Amino acid sequence: MTENLKIIEIEVLRYNPESDQEPHLEVYSVPFSDDMSVLQGVQYIKDNFDGSLTFRWSCRMAICGSCGMMINGIPKLSCETFLRDYYPDRIRVEAMAHFPIEKDLVVDLSGFIEKLESIQPYIIPKEPRSLDQGEYIQSPKQFNDYIQFTSCINCTLCYAACPQFGLNPDFIGPGAIALLHRYNMDSRDGAAAERMELVASEEGVFNCSAVGYCSEVCPKHVDPANAVNINKTNAAKDYFLRFLSPKGGAK
Amino acid sequence: MSKRRPYVRSMEGWWKKNPYFVEYMIHESTALFVAGYAFVLLVGLIRLGQGEAAWNGWLEAMQSPLSLIFHLVFLVAIAYHTYTWFKIMPITMPPIIVGGKRVGPGVITGSGLLAAVGVSLVMLVLVFWFGG
Ligand code: SF4
Ligand code: FES
Repeated sequence: MTENLKIIEIEVLRYNPESDQEPHLEVYSVPFSDDMSVLQGVQYIKDNFDGSLTFRWSCRMAICGSCGMMINGIPKLSCETFLRDYYPDRIRVEAMAHFPIEKDLVVDLSGFIEKLESIQPYIIPKEPRSLDQGEYIQSPKQFNDYIQFTSCINCTLCYAACPQFGLNPDFIGPGAIALLHRYNMDSRDGAAAERMELVASEEGVFNCSAVGYCSEVCPKHVDPANAVNINKTNAAKDYFLRFLSPKGGAK
Repeated sequence: MSKRRPYVRSMEGWWKKNPYFVEYMIHESTALFVAGYAFVLLVGLIRLGQGEAAWNGWLEAMQSPLSLIFHLVFLVAIAYHTYTWFKIMPITMPPIIVGGKRVGPGVITGSGLLAAVGVSLVMLVLVFWFGG
């Protein structure tokens, strides 16, 4: 059966922290069928050529967000990107840009996880509510205000697409800000003021120069650039409005 | 002891690595042409304030062949800036809801471009009408 398969060359950026000074490319010839994803190509390499090749994946159906890679320089989920679309050209697979490489295709996401924690990605109710008060009521309009931003799967492709994050790793970045916006827009939430402090901080939205590529690569159409840019206006509004408040916004 | 040694890649030449970034850089640099032309017009205003001779001198300078070439270059750069500016406009705006539906990015970009072309045409007509 193998004879009928086409062969594609996959060039993989390898880095072993225990033996390499810096990453280098290695080429593998991988037999593939039309239904094979880039992730399956990389798995083939691990199973047949080099068991030490390291990468993340889980669901292989574009929902867990763990298989992000640079595929010919473009941030993509490798499980929903197909080898047939690149054949007969060689395809280059690298770890997601702008993140430190831990090993081969695995990047260090600890910075992202910290940012995710810092934006408090959960509803903080406006006031305590007892069970017998019943459920929260939300109108379809209120629901529409945030639903788009709930689709984020934390794949961090938007970070790999954001040169401002590459230049300043402290920037909270598109994905986390999209989630921040999701909770700020939720009518049940009461912590927008706290989150706005992060938005307006040194690490906040003003790192963004509206390149817009994050929204382009987002596999879930979250449009993180929109969340970031709407919050530039919100932060500016807060800034000017505080002059009208009694203590000038001081705590 | 930890065997971790995360490798940080250099950002040098980042904007050359993706056509999207190249477009972004051209977009950003054509803003200089917009500022440049505002400066040219400002000089015209100053010359106008200095009397008829100064104003006529400025008008003449504007009509020299070299100036015409500059104008052509500026026109192309500013047109490109306008186009890419409206292209990214949808991501910078809060959602606009019309009739219960969110206005799509194409409509926003399209109306922006249409407005730019419309205003330019009105300006052209006014200039020919009153410019003599
Ligand atoms: S906003 Fe989109 S690209 Fe960014 S982490 Fe969420 S799903 Fe991924
Ligand atoms: S493996 Fe889960 S998103 Fe690709």
